[in-house]
Amino acid sequence: MISRRTLLGTAGLAAAAVPPARAHAAEMPGVTDKSIKIGNTNPHSGPASAYGAIANAEAAFFKMVNDQGGIGGRMIEYISRDDAYSPPKTVEQTRRLVEQDGVAFILNGLGTACQTAVRPYMNARKVPQLFVATGADKWGDPAHFPWTMGWQPSYRTEAAIYGKYVLRERPQAKIGVLYQNDDFGKDYLIGLKDGLGDAYAKMVVKEVSYETTDPTIDSQAVSLQAAGADTLVTAATPKWAAQMIRKVADLNWKPLHFISNVSLSVGSVIRPAGVEKAVGVITAAYGKDNTDPQWANDRGMAQWRAFMAKYMPGADINDANHVYAYGVATTLVQVLKQCGNDLSRGNIMKQAASLKDLEIPTLLPGIRVTTSATNFHPIRAMQLQRWNGKAWELFGAVIAV
Amino acid sequence: MSGRRPTRLLSAAVVLAGAAVLLAPAFLLSGFHLFQLTMMAVYAVAILGLSLVTGYTGQVSLGHGAFYAVGAYASAILMTDFAWPYWTTLPVAGAMCAAFGFAVGFPALRLTGHYLALVTFALAVAVPQILRAHFAEGWSGGVQGLVIVGPEAPAGLPLSPDQWTYLFTVAVAAVLFALARNLLAGRMRYAMVAIRDQPLAAEAAGIDLARVKTRAFALSAGCTGIAGALGAIAVQFVAPDSFSVQLSIALFVGLVVGGAASLPGAVLGAAFVQFVPNLSELVNKNAPGVVYGVLLVATLFLMPHGVAGALRGAVTSRRGRSNR
Repeated sequence: MISRRTLLGTAGLAAAAVPPARAHAAEMPGVTDKSIKIGNTNPHSGPASAYGAIANAEAAFFKMVNDQGGIGGRMIEYISRDDAYSPPKTVEQTRRLVEQDGVAFILNGLGTACQTAVRPYMNARKVPQLFVATGADKWGDPAHFPWTMGWQPSYRTEAAIYGKYVLRERPQAKIGVLYQNDDFGKDYLIGLKDGLGDAYAKMVVKEVSYETTDPTIDSQAVSLQAAGADTLVTAATPKWAAQMIRKVADLNWKPLHFISNVSLSVGSVIRPAGVEKAVGVITAAYGKDNTDPQWANDRGMAQWRAFMAKYMPGADINDANHVYAYGVATTLVQVLKQCGNDLSRGNIMKQAASLKDLEIPTLLPGIRVTTSATNFHPIRAMQLQRWNGKAWELFGAVIAV
Repeated sequence: MSGRRPTRLLSAAVVLAGAAVLLAPAFLLSGFHLFQLTMMAVYAVAILGLSLVTGYTGQVSLGHGAFYAVGAYASAILMTDFAWPYWTTLPVAGAMCAAFGFAVGFPALRLTGHYLALVTFALAVAVPQILRAHFAEGWSGGVQGLVIVGPEAPAGLPLSPDQWTYLFTVAVAAVLFALARNLLAGRMRYAMVAIRDQPLAAEAAGIDLARVKTRAFALSAGCTGIAGALGAIAVQFVAPDSFSVQLSIALFVGLVVGGAASLPGAVLGAAFVQFVPNLSELVNKNAPGVVYGVLLVATLFLMPHGVAGALRGAVTSRRGRSNR
């Protein structure tokens, strides 16, 4: 006979057992015992569609992860949606991913304006917005946006590294700064102040700006030279960086010349400026350059090349976006591994903020990924490299800020 | 007398049914789908504005994205820098864009056809650059744009922000469509259409070309500007990248696909603008542009007078057949 007490007891046990199970499912949206759903927005169409390569490489990477058994037995389901680099479309596609597709989080959404548009939504909904694909500094602001994190070194970090190097190697330098008059350029000014500290006021002899509507920067170059600068920081996008390199050479001015990392392209900056005129120009890097022969026998890049050969046959092996995507996806895999069985959004964010000295095969030796509850800038170190007339040549130690 | 009452009853029934159809989604669809429908309503208003000047008056504008952007920024700046409630920004956005459109209407007096199309296109190219420019940055937020706090339902109404934004947008759109319908029921329509079809004859018949054209431009820009403001409120963000040349092209495509001189056409065109890119992405993720292009060409080939034109044709031919 089943007594009343056992019946009640069983019912009580059942009642006690059911809610946690239900809560478990509700607390881990986008996650089942067999899968983890990840969303992404990228411009697959429109003028910026070259960046679509990043999403394609990430999709291929997760296919590789799944072929190797997934993460903790869970297969990764990666959904990338096209936002055509248009913020209204990013809002729509992000909402589709979160509300319709039911993803656990968004990975590596691209574009400063696009990601700014969805940041309030992601934080209000408490959905992780991980490893945002832009160099702006604002993505590492855990006090105001605890659900948003960047990945690559920000422009500000880069400029701080230039400042630190100059302070150490040339404490008597007179620095001239050319910067693009927008948030991109101004991040460099802030970073230089970080790196130089109190010496900024003394060492920086002149700051001049240009507008992207200016036909040339010739007058800016002349005024910086006239101010007596012997060190030059050019915080400029490719077209202007190329002009500046050429003008500096034409003026027969030989400053120690730093150009922003966004303008390191040989094809669109160095060659238009003149490979000889650019000799001695310095920039900073954090990743290995896939076109550089010095990494031909590198173990990390060999991993990357094997991945490209097997999972992206026919894709452009010279496209740096594929290397970038590999680095981001590798970082994410570590985050998910650290999560163990608790793939709740809260824990995903917590683990993303608990990365310790993570080595990534595509990053320069000595540059590691580290985050904490107060540090949402995963990569804060770079190494300087100098143009030698043929290639970028790394020199000195890795500089961290 | 007896003939009129059923007509009046009928039209009342049509209005009620229409209102029910517009209201229903707010309670049937999820937040994300409501957002899509909200954006479709926004584009419908924008294309309605474009149809006044291009569809009815025959003045081709490839630059209505510029008016949309000005309306969006007017609303966003008033809301963020001056803390105006969202709904009060609509008339200001509309009035500003109407003034802007009136000014643009003047070159339209001298330029026709493809020359005017190019001048307006230049406007669409220039506006995002101006928004990015240094002198505007204090207001416009520069490249980073402005984040807006979205509307909440008035106290006491048990509606989510998505539901409320949808209802608010659709209500404004309905009012603007009703106003446009009234405008196009009167003399203005004949003047506009006459200018489009036979400008010389129109002038000979005593129509003041300058007046009608500039007014059409002002009304059109005002309408599209209000759409921009509604769009900014729905998206809760504005940035120069939101209003690229692509937007102007998309509005023009919507106009032509829907049916250039047709009010239902504006709604159908908005549906095309909002949903066909998603559809193309569904078909092929790596070449959505190609799929979109094929769909566009197919639509124009099969329905040269737009979707509205094709529907009208289908209805009249069926009527003709049943009369026989």
